[in-house]
Amino acid sequence: MGSDSDPSTKKNVSRTESPGASTRISYPPRIDELKVIAKELRRKVLRMIFVAGSGHQGGSLSEIEILASLYFGVMRIDPQNPDWVSRDRFILSKSHACPGLYAVLAQRGFFPEDELDTFRKINSRLQGHAHIKTPGVEMSGGSLGQGLSFGLGCALSARIDSDSYHTYVLLGDGECDEGQIWEAAMAAAHYGLDNLTVIVDRNRIQNDRFTDEVMKLEPFADKWKAFGWNVLKIDGHDFASLIDAFASARKHSSQPTVIIADTVKGKGISFMENNPAFHASPPTEEDYNKAMLELE
Amino acid sequence: MISFPMASTREAYGKELLDIGRSNPDVVVLGGDLNKSTFTHLFAQEFPDRFFDFGPAEQNIMSVAAGLAASGKIPFVSTFAVFGMCRPFDQIRLNIAQPRLNVKIVCTHAGIITGEDGMSAHSIEDISLACSLPGFNVIAPSDSIETIQAVRAASEMDGPFYIRLYRTAIPVVHDNDYVFSFGKGDLIRNGTKVTVFATGSMVGSSLVAAHELATEGIDCRVINMHTLSPLDEEIITISAKETGAVVTVEEHYAHGGLGSLVAQTVGKYCPVPLEMVALKGYTESGKPDELIEKYELGIKDIKFAIRNAYARRS
Repeated sequence: MGSDSDPSTKKNVSRTESPGASTRISYPPRIDELKVIAKELRRKVLRMIFVAGSGHQGGSLSEIEILASLYFGVMRIDPQNPDWVSRDRFILSKSHACPGLYAVLAQRGFFPEDELDTFRKINSRLQGHAHIKTPGVEMSGGSLGQGLSFGLGCALSARIDSDSYHTYVLLGDGECDEGQIWEAAMAAAHYGLDNLTVIVDRNRIQNDRFTDEVMKLEPFADKWKAFGWNVLKIDGHDFASLIDAFASARKHSSQPTVIIADTVKGKGISFMENNPAFHASPPTEEDYNKAMLELE
Repeated sequence: MISFPMASTREAYGKELLDIGRSNPDVVVLGGDLNKSTFTHLFAQEFPDRFFDFGPAEQNIMSVAAGLAASGKIPFVSTFAVFGMCRPFDQIRLNIAQPRLNVKIVCTHAGIITGEDGMSAHSIEDISLACSLPGFNVIAPSDSIETIQAVRAASEMDGPFYIRLYRTAIPVVHDNDYVFSFGKGDLIRNGTKVTVFATGSMVGSSLVAAHELATEGIDCRVINMHTLSPLDEEIITISAKETGAVVTVEEHYAHGGLGSLVAQTVGKYCPVPLEMVALKGYTESGKPDELIEKYELGIKDIKFAIRNAYARRS
């Protein structure tokens, strides 16, 4: 294994400049700026997984616009002070999709971009599933269905302290097979937590197969409504819709909001899109180079 | 014949938790529809804004507690031991133990003296589960006096705790001037021939057994092992060396409990004959006294084990 210990030197990884990092962006960013950021985040995700030789790319690619709008447009955060008490919280419940989160945290300045190449390697802060040792990561995850409960705890804490921060929790759709999601959904509505917003990355594919084949979720919006939630349904790759939905969720009172974001698994890479084979298998060198060309 | 007054550990807990809540506004309490049984209703009545009932949804409760702890609160979670340790073990492992969050899990109705509810309600694996989590602090107080101090200590120390309490009253083996020292075995009775390491509800019976055997010339040392993780390996090793034989006594399955912990330590530092008084398997419904007798956790069973250990002593 010794010769494989640094695949970045072995494999032909292009070391192009990161456009996102060098681009000056306005706050809140314009949609065209967010699109540039999204493309750069996808490049980072692919590179991270290719260099690591493993990782979950499908769900990391489908969540990119959600993450970019939160971290660059919506959330009150301070990358220089990641533990700021009144920061907005983002909980990645589908913790396997951490390459997307690491990409956006690095792009936003929580830690150096170089560190992304250490993903899944020994002595790295970037674990295979998100852990709180990474600056900006709020919850140690890795077993599905737990993030909504954790976010509920953050939201209750804000209420006790009369703090105005908002908690965002990103769920996978396949993850909603877990019973704990619905325990937490019931409890968040019971306590009327309007400072809590869930986004479901509805990419319709889970580990083995399409979600409808594994376990039917529909009528999905009706389930959340029946549990007492304010439900919004949007195109999860459309920045304008995402930003509108987050604003509307923040304004909504006495109920938590769920944003069901219709997405495409593997979004942005033509041959990965909507293909269950790319949930967790890393790209070959040929795939990687083809994919990076599509993200030029 | 010595005897002890009896007192409830869960009632002592509920009253102490209320007192802690009065001086520490960061303390919040989470429950699962068993709040009268765990005596956390006392806290709920006085601090309704810092008390959250989630119904019997223990997985949700543990992850919520983690979120509260990550936001600076000191959550106490209370339910029955089978629901608080077995049911949400994955949530405890991942959300609380791995990030070492400041969550205190205080469970009542541990062991088999829960009685008539039967084997499903008898928590005989919880010590093993809790001690299997690296960095988790685990305490099984031996009486109501120790419960009060252990709960107070857990509220003042950073990090995750599991504290194990009972449904029925148990012997009060300490005086009011007792001082609990977290992580340090509590030498209750000195002796030279055999050391009895007991934990939780079994400390009282172990003291009675030791007292009765003194008349047979077997002078027993009795050590209350209230803290099971981190384990006081020093007191185990020194006592094993000084007395030459050891007995462990616990209201828990033999695998992974106090007996395993002491065997691991003795085997490593000072191999001597060891006898275990512990459960050998699952149980059934019955009165606490009947269960203790049938499942061989009584004073006569402790005496039998001590005699065996003494006979094997070189």
